[in-house]
Amino acid sequence: MNYLNIIKNGIVKDNPTFVLMLGMCPTLATTTSAQNGLSMGLATMAVLICTNVVISCMKSITPDKVRIPVFIVVIAAFVTILQMIIKAYLPDVDKSLGLFIPLIVVNCIILGRAEAFAAKNTPVASLFDGVGIGLGFTMALTLLGIVREVLGSGSIFGFAFVPEDYNILLFVLAPGAFITLGYLIAIVNKLKK
Amino acid sequence: MEYLLIFISAIFVNNIVLAQFLGICPFLGVSKKINTSLGMSAAVAFVMVLATLVTWLVQIYVLNVFHLEYLQTIVFILVIASLVQMVEIILKKVSPALYQALGIFLPLITTNCAVLGVAILVIQKEMDLGQSVMYALSTAIGFGLALTVFAGIREQLELTNIPKGMRGMAIVLVSAGLLSLAFMGFSGVDGGLRKVFGLD
Repeated sequence: MNYLNIIKNGIVKDNPTFVLMLGMCPTLATTTSAQNGLSMGLATMAVLICTNVVISCMKSITPDKVRIPVFIVVIAAFVTILQMIIKAYLPDVDKSLGLFIPLIVVNCIILGRAEAFAAKNTPVASLFDGVGIGLGFTMALTLLGIVREVLGSGSIFGFAFVPEDYNILLFVLAPGAFITLGYLIAIVNKLKK
Repeated sequence: MEYLLIFISAIFVNNIVLAQFLGICPFLGVSKKINTSLGMSAAVAFVMVLATLVTWLVQIYVLNVFHLEYLQTIVFILVIASLVQMVEIILKKVSPALYQALGIFLPLITTNCAVLGVAILVIQKEMDLGQSVMYALSTAIGFGLALTVFAGIREQLELTNIPKGMRGMAIVLVSAGLLSLAFMGFSGVDGGLRKVFGLD
């Protein structure tokens, strides 16, 4: 199997946000700015890569009947490790993402990839699948974050370039998340055809 | 009075789905028909209250006592997963009719981030047991309200002629945005009530 293809699939064909529509909670909640979207994407990607590799290594010794609880424990362990690392070294990220770091456990993308890919493929292929899907998720979140930040606070990654009077606060607030993602999906649908 | 404030705030002001973005997956997934969304809301309410009760007790009497706070995420998700399994088995025996009605929705709840989210939130906000259970119940009602209202909107959407590119998830998300905008009208209500009740 071609590893580059796996990565490309994760970003384009199986893009978790625009195509599979998984992991919507962090997608909508943490994309108030490009920076937040990027950090959430990278955090999820880190967990996804680790769990994909470990679950793939364990696939021959995992009984079929209890595989889902086993997957969840593996995911929860990595999320806990990540949570501690972020708390220790990146307190700002911890503050802005807050509750959504422990909630990576219930992100359907991670369990979904464990079940659909890692449990059936070699550890190396699963590693690349994690990278691909993780990049797809990170890019989607960053894009959503950029659009919301430009419209809502008139800046990109914190660099303001639009006078404050022209900011549309709505896009930083909750309704803006739904509306922006809705239109982005409409654009992706249009481009696919 | 304090309980009433938690009740109103969790349902309208800080609606779990429309303001806090928890439980979006079932909100978008099972809101096509009003009947199924009512079933889902009932199942979530049941599990959410039970899960919050159990995880609160585990946190206070086990994790805090033995200084195992860092195991919170793992322990909570295991508690929720096993609770969902247990509820499923018990319902099957005790009330087959209710089991039939909730059937398909129960296993889905394990990955509903609203359940884990509320369990963690009540610990973070340092609520006592009564407040926690009240908060879980109100949140579940808020979830049910958002889900049912949205199902009603989606049933109407089926009848309208939508531009090609917007069909499917795109129009659903934009409608959810408008519903969320409507719920923003409640912002500040909790602060006002706090003053009226003299809790500040």
